[in-house]
Amino acid sequence: MDIHTHTLPAPTTLDTAPPRARDRRLTRLRRSVLAHRIVFFTVLLCAWELVSRVGPWPDYLMPGPLAVGRALVAGLRNGLFVHGASVSLVRLLIGYGLSLVGGVVLGTLLVRYTALRNTVGTLIVGLQALPSVCWLPLAILWFGLNERAIIFVVVMGSLFSVVLGVRDGIANTPPIFVKAARNLGATGVRLYTEVVLPAAFPTILAGLKQGWAFAWRSLMAAELLYFSLSLGNLLQTGRDLNDAAQVMAVMTLIILVGVTFNQLLFAPLERRVAERWGFGTTRA
Amino acid sequence: MSTGRALHLRGVQKTYVSGDRTVDALAPTDLDVEPGEFVCLLGASGCGKSTLLQLVAGLEPATSGTITVDDTPVEGPSSDRVLLFQDAALFPWLTVEDNVAFGLKHSTRPVDDQRQVARDWIARVHLRGFEGAYVHQLSGGMRQRVALARALATDPSMLLMDEPFGALDALTRDRLHEELESLWAATRKTVLFVTHNVREAVALGDRVLVFSPRPGRIVADVRVTLPRPRALEDVAVMQQAADLMKVLRRALDATTDDSRIEA
Repeated sequence: MDIHTHTLPAPTTLDTAPPRARDRRLTRLRRSVLAHRIVFFTVLLCAWELVSRVGPWPDYLMPGPLAVGRALVAGLRNGLFVHGASVSLVRLLIGYGLSLVGGVVLGTLLVRYTALRNTVGTLIVGLQALPSVCWLPLAILWFGLNERAIIFVVVMGSLFSVVLGVRDGIANTPPIFVKAARNLGATGVRLYTEVVLPAAFPTILAGLKQGWAFAWRSLMAAELLYFSLSLGNLLQTGRDLNDAAQVMAVMTLIILVGVTFNQLLFAPLERRVAERWGFGTTRA
Repeated sequence: MSTGRALHLRGVQKTYVSGDRTVDALAPTDLDVEPGEFVCLLGASGCGKSTLLQLVAGLEPATSGTITVDDTPVEGPSSDRVLLFQDAALFPWLTVEDNVAFGLKHSTRPVDDQRQVARDWIARVHLRGFEGAYVHQLSGGMRQRVALARALATDPSMLLMDEPFGALDALTRDRLHEELESLWAATRKTVLFVTHNVREAVALGDRVLVFSPRPGRIVADVRVTLPRPRALEDVAVMQQAADLMKVLRRALDATTDDSRIEA
């Protein structure tokens, strides 16, 4: 009978590939993802152009990507789109900014005071079931047809997501982190800023991101019903002019703005959280 | 470096109240631990060992009685008495080095010094090269090493260990026993070590306190005088563990509790 001798493996369990090799592997992976995307979108655009040209629909209802691209360039050139987008963005930033400040304060208060949590907390969960554009008629009655009404709708759309994200994030901070930190000498404000908030950050970030998405949607919905120049209003003008190319061009612009903000604002934060906590990375 | 301090408990008792139910977690307990002593707290789950550790750590107030370290009464948490949890409770948003430096950051030590002390402790628990790693990249044993370094970096006089190696595989546990024993021999901290493993208690402790449940109380105080270093599989350790097991069985027979005792 053979007797085998074994040597024990080294007691490390980290990914042992040297960093350079790992980077190369990742680069290769990213390149293949990029290649897939390019092929997919090229095929999609060609199919769209083809459908637009040979399909039974008139050009003004089903323009192809080339016509939409031309409308987009024209709109950007004559300044109409730029102006409209900047009006919308200012509203978005003001509305979301207010939600951010209000949401963090309110969320923190909800964690701190049980009585508030049982009353205001329930109200907030209820109000979140109301699509924010439903606030518009009331907002117009209260504030008139002006900026304040539209910003009110944006705040109503995004505030509650931020509140709930902050509340859940802080409330679900594992007590063991707080215990360990107190034991090591952390107290008061520093316990809060260096332990509770970082521990809650992944959940808070999800709330902030959802709040941002809701703010953007609420703004577009409200602007559709408005008369001053803005992105939502440009969609409506496109319809009035029977100009589907303009409608699609503005839709494209709305998507581009949304994606850009996501990439600049949230994607880096999410990557950081994922890298530190070891969450599976999801990229869109 | 501060060496161990003496610990005195007089009539220390803990009752938890939730609604109209009260649970006697710890019956009135007297205990004296000498400076630098390694004391193992042995017993089944729910017999007040962890409660006692939380009280000594100052993370929870005793219902009655007094706890003093040397002559200072315990009135709250202090980085002079650091608790280590079974789940290492490292902060996932910090690197290994920042975790180890956490207690130092909340002390009055100069900042330059903090980095150096943290790196020294990382080296002493054999994790050099992992300073920049995040917690999720470490194995269970490595996490406990970081937790140990984080605790020792603040230079406490007392280490309170709540089944810190309970979730580790046998090989890793053995290695950490050796490392803990040699760190303890070098630093002479007072150690309270909770375990439900009889052999672990005998291999590590100068003294083993046997606990019995409902209400949690100390039913035996056994001295272990075997020469060090000891290993779990030493014949003398196994012999003494077998004797201790009998004491423990008797303590448990008094109750109907299901035990979680490992031989």
